[in-house]
Amino acid sequence: MSFFARFAQNRGALIGVIILAVIIAMAALAPFLYPESPWRMVQRPFLPPLEMDGFPLGTDTMGRNVAAGLMHGAWVSLLIGFVSTSVALLIGVPLGAVAGYYGGLIDDGLMRFTEFFQTIPNFALAIVLVAIMQPSVTSIVLAIALVSWPPVARLVRAEFLSLRHREYVEAARLVGQGNATIILRQILPNTLSPIIVLASLMVATAILLESALSFLGLGDPNVMSWGYMIGAARTVIRQAWWLSFFPGVAILLTVLALNLVGEGLDDALNPKLARERS
Amino acid sequence: MLYARLIASRLVKAVIVLFLIIIFNFVLIQLAPGDPAAILAGEAGATDEEFLNQLRERFGLDQPMYVQLWHYVSGIATLDFGFSYRQQMPVLDLILARLPATLLLTGTAFVLSLGLGILAGSLAAARVKKPSGSLIMALALLFYATPLFWVALMAVVLFSVYLEWLPAYGMLTVGAGHTGLALALDVGKHLILPATTLALFFMAIYTRMTRASMIEASQQDYVKTARAKGLSNGVIQRRHILRNALLPIITLAGLQAGQMVGGAILTETVFAWPGIGRLMFEALQQRDYNLLLGIFFFSAALVILFNIVTDLVYRLADPRIKEAP
Repeated sequence: MSFFARFAQNRGALIGVIILAVIIAMAALAPFLYPESPWRMVQRPFLPPLEMDGFPLGTDTMGRNVAAGLMHGAWVSLLIGFVSTSVALLIGVPLGAVAGYYGGLIDDGLMRFTEFFQTIPNFALAIVLVAIMQPSVTSIVLAIALVSWPPVARLVRAEFLSLRHREYVEAARLVGQGNATIILRQILPNTLSPIIVLASLMVATAILLESALSFLGLGDPNVMSWGYMIGAARTVIRQAWWLSFFPGVAILLTVLALNLVGEGLDDALNPKLARERS
Repeated sequence: MLYARLIASRLVKAVIVLFLIIIFNFVLIQLAPGDPAAILAGEAGATDEEFLNQLRERFGLDQPMYVQLWHYVSGIATLDFGFSYRQQMPVLDLILARLPATLLLTGTAFVLSLGLGILAGSLAAARVKKPSGSLIMALALLFYATPLFWVALMAVVLFSVYLEWLPAYGMLTVGAGHTGLALALDVGKHLILPATTLALFFMAIYTRMTRASMIEASQQDYVKTARAKGLSNGVIQRRHILRNALLPIITLAGLQAGQMVGGAILTETVFAWPGIGRLMFEALQQRDYNLLLGIFFFSAALVILFNIVTDLVYRLADPRIKEAP
């Protein structure tokens, strides 16, 4: 069976892909459907959903268009989710590869370092980092990456440990390939599938983290994000529950879709495991 | 004797980690843009030059880096976390006053999520190919993907605003003057919503872990033996599979519990629960960085303590593990 056929066998994964496509379309269409800044006050505040044309989700406490905020927020969530995961991979993959390939003291040292980061409570660390670096897209991406790389390092290390004495690696060594070449050309390509699966789940976690940070007021003050929308409407939850409701549904659907896609990728890339599990 | 040595080695490790966190905090203050004294003071202090000078002197900010580090580390080693000028109280007193509330909330949520998670996970494992099993897993996936703070807000809307069943804010009814049992009941009523919303996310994790662990255990030889002996399915599930599946769950649950402190920051913020999570939110809003770093240090210490406890429980529960770390 081909990769796509196996992926498509998982109905949840297909649903995930569809939801994700809708969210990406929202992000891509935002500048065309709502070219104005989502921060602009365009109508009277507290306009309920479906009451006025052009404001399907109403307006917030300041009279800003909720639908516009939701669409612009999609872009921010996806951007921060993907970029911070990439940065986390850039930290975790080399660390794990070096630790697993060389072993010994290097491995010990790097793993103690990884354990240290795993012990610190993730979310508290992210809060402290963003608060001290001042909230901006860059500081949020860095903070999320810094708290999410340890699982990557551990996974890559475990893969390298099990692969480094395989015959094809020994063969590469015999023909005189250097360590760097063996790591990058021989072993790393064989560890890609579990890394891809983990990465898709990490994007989901990163989006949750970003929303929680901006909910607490640690979002970039220049970009509209879903977490900010929920946080800003928190104090008026009794009068206008919908202001918090819709951005929350958007986060929920995005994270759910990414998790479903991750599971589908897992099934498609590790067909043997998938059969054992079901 | 084994346990004494084990605890000792764990404590040494904990001290090293905490020391590293202190250094980490120090580096953070140095890396932050602007004057370290202003950061320690928060924005309020920035206008008061005399106060800034006091801080510079106290932390030796005009001296070489290693002297500064020494001042910082020795301060925290003697449990001096500095003074919160925003709240007009020593940081340590502020944190200690809020700690019991957080322990009550996270403790309740931990027991709740682990109990319900193991129950739901074992039900799902026993019904692998049935719709009821799939339903449990779908719900687990849904809760796993739901932002904690959003569930908390929606719970307030539903159970406090519309149904008026449960209080939405605080830890006890202000001015009611309850004592004894009435006080416990009052706190319990306030605890239901925060503890349940905090537990949902972790329940989802424990459900998935339990199911995976049970399915793995069910493929072992001793299960075949039990079946061959003619034991009923229920007995096999409970006595043979679940018991063996529980051990890895305890370890993983201990690791996950650290994240519960992080989750508490969000739930306490939404429900105005007077714990260190809420205190962290207040420190954030007031840019009280010294308090923020103090809470960060304490939450890490809590996580380490929790990991040591689960480690010991694990070793007590599984007599096969004899070797020291």
